[in-house]
Amino acid sequence: MTLTERTANVAVWAIAAATVIFLLTPLVVAIVVSFGSSNLFTLPPPGWSMRWYQRLMNVRGLSSSLIVSAQIAAVATLVSMLIGGMAATALARGRFAGREAIAAFLTSPLMLPGLVLGIAFLQAFRYAGLRDVWLSLALAHVVITIPYIARTLYSALTLFDFSLIDAARTLGCSAPQAVTRVLIPNLAPAFLTSGIFAFLASMDNYAVSIFFTNAWTKTLPIQMLNLVEEQPDPTIAAISSLLIGLVLLLLLLCERMVGLRKIAEM
Amino acid sequence: MKLRFDPVLLLALPAAIYMVIVFAIPVVVLVARGFMGADGFTLSNYSSFLSEPFNWVVIGNTLRVAFWTTVVCLALGYPTAVALARSKGAVQVAMLIAIILPLSVGVVVKTFAWQIVLRRDGIVAAILVATGVWDEPKLLLFTEHGLVMGAANVFLPFMILPIYSVLKLADPNLQDAAATLGAPPVFRFFNVALPLAMPGIVGGVSIVFSLATSMYVIPSLLIGDRFQTLATLTGRAFLLMRNEALGATTATILLFLAVAIVACSALLSRGKGDSR
Repeated sequence: MTLTERTANVAVWAIAAATVIFLLTPLVVAIVVSFGSSNLFTLPPPGWSMRWYQRLMNVRGLSSSLIVSAQIAAVATLVSMLIGGMAATALARGRFAGREAIAAFLTSPLMLPGLVLGIAFLQAFRYAGLRDVWLSLALAHVVITIPYIARTLYSALTLFDFSLIDAARTLGCSAPQAVTRVLIPNLAPAFLTSGIFAFLASMDNYAVSIFFTNAWTKTLPIQMLNLVEEQPDPTIAAISSLLIGLVLLLLLLCERMVGLRKIAEM
Repeated sequence: MKLRFDPVLLLALPAAIYMVIVFAIPVVVLVARGFMGADGFTLSNYSSFLSEPFNWVVIGNTLRVAFWTTVVCLALGYPTAVALARSKGAVQVAMLIAIILPLSVGVVVKTFAWQIVLRRDGIVAAILVATGVWDEPKLLLFTEHGLVMGAANVFLPFMILPIYSVLKLADPNLQDAAATLGAPPVFRFFNVALPLAMPGIVGGVSIVFSLATSMYVIPSLLIGDRFQTLATLTGRAFLLMRNEALGATTATILLFLAVAIVACSALLSRGKGDSR
């Protein structure tokens, strides 16, 4: 190796290490602050305590917003998996013109600014006379989750060898059996990861939800945004740490089932 | 091949119909209404928006912050993607967790943490003082530097992952082949490594730039109301000012920016494919 190459190599690894530290900084800060005894966000904290976790129960509207978010995310993810999964099957199996165009259409909400989607939904739902907050959120969140499902399942289905199903049929499986015993186990990892990322995208969404929440029905990101703006104290760090823990668990599940490398390459 | 009707196509109908009704029509109506006046087609909404000097400041703010965020993401993201593609085993898993975990944690959580990091007694100020860049600790929160730092932190994974997925497909022997044929390192970087990574770089840059032009929570929490971007102005117009005409105009400009970015990146990556 020449000197230039060695220098370049050292620089690449130094920047990569700095980037890893940079990326993890906000998560570590939130966790450390949540266990600190001071309410002034001093780093490092003067002492340790669990008081912010004990306070979580008393924060008004927090648990109800968590329930709303989880419900909306679950409903949106399930509906997207059903209709998105059917669409992905059609696109991967069918021989018709414009397949790529339909696939691009189904993933296009990802390319548009979230606020623009929110405003378009707001005006359309108002025009249609839809006033129910919960239903508005659910309808809008299906649009947010469909791209994740359609994209991942479409690419998984195009890689799946469908002659395996014919083989199962020849060996005596009925058509539904062939699907449940061959197709579904093979695609389970793709279903799982696309479902988890769709669910997290819905749980994390603020740009669309902000136009539909009111004083009584709020999603978790909106409730947290209000808390950060009104009374910032380490209680928010405690919620954040719990969410980080939840995401870490889900990612470990993905790593077990699929492997993180596959997820990174999706 | 003759195209016949394929019954499998019917499976795509529910999703397609849902997306046309709930997503496509509302977006088209939003754009169309911006060009509708009392008597038919008009550009007056946009001409009056653009004749206001303040709104040019807003557009300038949006593009400048998005530009610097993209620059920081590319400067950190490209070397990280290279390192990730070269790494193996436990190091690679650790790097992947460091990239995917923040990606999956909410924006509000990360931005809240950046409020703490960017304080006068925060970590960044402490590092800058310790390394002698600053003489005394200063406030980074509510400054453009702080905003770019926080935004780059949130969007970095969207730069690293597309570049990584292209690099991992590139044949590592190409570099060695170029070296064997006598190409010096700098020449190899510009004529072998960079062109190979180009599709990933174009993808990452366009994603980060469009995310950064339309971010709302990050500027609201890190820089505040004095500094408006197209996205924060859109949000304020609808949520605080109740000026829906203004909000619809800024939203449509954001939409055009997003479409322009996608079109440019598609053109760039297609141009690459033709020249091969």
